Amino acid sequence: MTEFVKPSIEYFELWPLLVVFGAACLGVVVEAFLPRTLRYPVQVVLAIGGLVLALVGVVLVAQDVRTYDDGAARGILAVGGTIAVDGPSLFIWGLVLALSVAGVLLFAERHLDGGVSAFAGQAAAVPGTDAETASIAANREHTEVYPLMMFAVFGMMLFPAANDLLTMFVGLEILSLPLYLLSGLARRRRLLSQEAALKYFLLGAFSSGFFLYGAALLYGYAGSMDFAAINEAVRNDVGSSSLLLIGTGLMSVGLLFKVGAVPFQAWTPDVYQGAPTPVTAFMAAGTKVAAFGAIMRLFYVALGADRWSWQPMLWIIAILSMFVGAALAITQSDIKRLLAYSSVAHTGFILTGVLGVQAADQLATGEISSVQAVLFYLATYGFATIGAFAVVGLVRDGGGETTAIDRWAGLGKESPVVAAVFAFFLLAMAGIPLTSGFVGKLAVFSVALAAGAWPVVVAAVLASILAAFLYIRVIKVMYFDEPVGAGPSVAYPSVLTATTIAVGAAVTLVLGVLPGPVLELAAVAGEFIR
Amino acid sequence: MILTILILLPLVGALATAFVPAALARLVGLGFAAATLVAGVVVASQYSLGGGMQLTETRTWIESLGVHYALGVDGLGLLMVLLTVVLVPIVLLAGWNESEDEGNNGARSFFAWTLALEAMSLAVFTATDVLLFYVVFEATLIPAYFLIGGFGRAGRGRAATKFLIYQLAGGLVMLASVIGLYVVSADAGNPSFLISDLAALDIDETTQRWLFVGFFIAFAIKAPMFPVHTWLADTTEKATTGTSVLLVCILDKIGTFGMLRFCLGLLPDASQWATPVVVVLALVSIIYGALVAIGQDDVLRLIGLTSLSHFGFIVLGIFVFSPTGGAGAILYMVNHGIATALMFLVAGFLIRRTGTASIRQMAGVEKSAPVLAGFFLVAGLAAAGLPGLSPFVSEMLVIIAAFDHHWLVGSVAVLAIVLAAFYALWMYQRTMTGPDREGVAPVADLDRREVGILAPLLLALVLFGFYPMPLLDVINPFVHDSLAAVGIGQEGGPQ
Repeated sequence: MTEFVKPSIEYFELWPLLVVFGAACLGVVVEAFLPRTLRYPVQVVLAIGGLVLALVGVVLVAQDVRTYDDGAARGILAVGGTIAVDGPSLFIWGLVLALSVAGVLLFAERHLDGGVSAFAGQAAAVPGTDAETASIAANREHTEVYPLMMFAVFGMMLFPAANDLLTMFVGLEILSLPLYLLSGLARRRRLLSQEAALKYFLLGAFSSGFFLYGAALLYGYAGSMDFAAINEAVRNDVGSSSLLLIGTGLMSVGLLFKVGAVPFQAWTPDVYQGAPTPVTAFMAAGTKVAAFGAIMRLFYVALGADRWSWQPMLWIIAILSMFVGAALAITQSDIKRLLAYSSVAHTGFILTGVLGVQAADQLATGEISSVQAVLFYLATYGFATIGAFAVVGLVRDGGGETTAIDRWAGLGKESPVVAAVFAFFLLAMAGIPLTSGFVGKLAVFSVALAAGAWPVVVAAVLASILAAFLYIRVIKVMYFDEPVGAGPSVAYPSVLTATTIAVGAAVTLVLGVLPGPVLELAAVAGEFIR
Repeated sequence: MILTILILLPLVGALATAFVPAALARLVGLGFAAATLVAGVVVASQYSLGGGMQLTETRTWIESLGVHYALGVDGLGLLMVLLTVVLVPIVLLAGWNESEDEGNNGARSFFAWTLALEAMSLAVFTATDVLLFYVVFEATLIPAYFLIGGFGRAGRGRAATKFLIYQLAGGLVMLASVIGLYVVSADAGNPSFLISDLAALDIDETTQRWLFVGFFIAFAIKAPMFPVHTWLADTTEKATTGTSVLLVCILDKIGTFGMLRFCLGLLPDASQWATPVVVVLALVSIIYGALVAIGQDDVLRLIGLTSLSHFGFIVLGIFVFSPTGGAGAILYMVNHGIATALMFLVAGFLIRRTGTASIRQMAGVEKSAPVLAGFFLVAGLAAAGLPGLSPFVSEMLVIIAAFDHHWLVGSVAVLAIVLAAFYALWMYQRTMTGPDREGVAPVADLDRREVGILAPLLLALVLFGFYPMPLLDVINPFVHDSLAAVGIGQEGGPQ
């Protein structure tokens, strides 16, 4: 029995994590003790304040990180080696925090639906009962969504920074549970929303089970939870390789579920459609960023030496995701479902970057690395997605948001600015040059091709053609089709949503025209510490 | 700097046109198009005859990816730039009243998108970095999409979608090759997209062939060539004739431009390897395009399909790898631009008067509108390759080169002259001559504005028909250089 050693906690480096967690806990206290009228402003300020403070922390830490050991990577292992604060972690933290600020702004929007937020007045009231009517009449709204979201943000930051199997699982759960709940809180079409939440929860719980089982097998194989130790074990080829392979496979199920890769994509359309649009926006952008961070850390750090086992699996999953996502997206008639399937296709594109990993000595000086490409793609995807969903929230008719695509006909004439911005986001997702999406695609395709994965790149190109069709179809409906009946109307957003959309569009443009600085930043982020 | 200014002028013009008061929009747009024309002339005056890239500018754009903002013109680029800056003001003038039909914002957005398209096209013709080329190559599609979808006849939305899907498909296939080039250069130790760096690489045979296939598919769709031409006729049928001029006379040239610049310039061995297939496809395009054109009832579809035939000639001239063929092909690119622009614009004026594009519903136009009929006849004869008009020179050069390549190739190509005379004259006969038919109202003749728009094109046709030397002086050094890259020695060009 080894003696218990109290882990040292590196407060400075963990500052961003702690601030977010603290703000979330404070949010719960606010909810319990403040009068109803004060909760909304206090919660919003608290959430944004916490996120901004954490963002400042990320910048300060990033300026201070030193080279780890003697390797090329920079960063430190905190809390007894369970959390890695390194370049990629910090990049992802910054990205998640920035996207979360945009998320809070969307959550706080009250102009679109007659002075109330997009969340249910009283979630516990059964749809169609007097209790619901009463809560609507009283203009109630749930302000718990802010602390819930902050917990999710905390999970999103912990998940990709986790440096052992258990911490990664804890991160996964902290990130998921609040999202299950948030998905079920839509003000309108509540049954759809609750159904989505239940589906998400059940499937998510199931996939967490897979993840945990896989983690147990990997522990059985390596005799350690620690990623570096697992890597060492793989390198020395200890133990049974079937334990290793099954463990890797089962953990992949859990991770690929979170990013919505085929064949674990079934939840995405229902959840994206049913969840309140601000939640969809936040979840679509944030979860993907965090989960890909975790995927890269697990595969590169812990299982890097076993690359030849998991790369072929990722090849197949990437190709399937791209094709299934794009093909099913074409058949959708609901804009949120369409964007959901398009996110599945994007998962495939990002995986193309993930599988394009090469050993450092195989890269030419100045050649783009796979971590760099994936991080950049995540940045482009996150902002375009959150912006696109923010626009979806604006287009309305009498019954709330109109998400049926054919009801969007004539939007180009009705509201040229909204239509133009949405078309711009769609073009970015299609990867048209001078938008961020193009540079992202270029980066991930380059690394995959350099790693010799040309079949995946060819498939990706073909899938891009398929995907381009679906985005263009929406643009055609908006601009060239005659409106059905009265046509869509666009609700005037407050400054909150407008800011989110403007920032999303600006980032999408800047990353498309001058991607240099962010690519540099992703390069400086460097490699994971091992 | 002058090249950057050349690109920025129309771009700024597009933005200005979009935001000035509606009453001023057209004037501002035309002003910027005229300024661009002046800039183009300045570029031409600074260009000195001879080979190589001139007026170059190189700045790092995306360091992590080895991308540069690099511009330059050679003989080929210069001619394409001049063609563009000349045609755009003409198109704007021709669309002066037409685009008003589409509501208040019609004229404004037509002018703005046209200028945006001009800026992107000029960037395409001057880019000397493969990725920069790719970026602007794809960026041309957005203004083109909105020009097709926003103006013209019913069903244009569908045509615009078809156009964009085809082009994007080609573009994405090319993207794979572009990235392939980058990876090859990275493996060689210097990741870069600069054409000059890439041309210095020694790319192994298999890789070269794959890269060639990617580039060629994209350029074949763009040009267009059989069997990936089906977007062309739909697009010209539904779009306004001004848009068609921009598409067929300027944008489609990017296809053959790219073949010369990238397929021959960067992948010479693979280009020779692919020659048999490409030549056959070119011949099929020539004959098939002409045959299908004969059977059309819609004037605009017909003109679109004749371009399929003409582009077949251009591609044939490029891929027979001889000084005569190369010079003929590039000359053809210019002449086709002028002749087809004239054809489309006259047809546009005609259709505006008759209200229909159907040949069956027109007759006897020449009686009431002799000037219009005259322009129509000249344009038709130019397409048919009548001596004395400029397309004749280029067609002859290509056919001579084709006979040098193989007698069979030449004899197939020469058939097209007969077919071209048939579709051009038969169309003229059915629309312009004959007795008045019941229900066909006489049409008004061209007014002074319209004659003024068409006259420069007509003059150019005649001038270059008799005296093509200025063009050939620019073309020959370029052809010499690019054939040297392919490894074919040669003596002089056509004089």
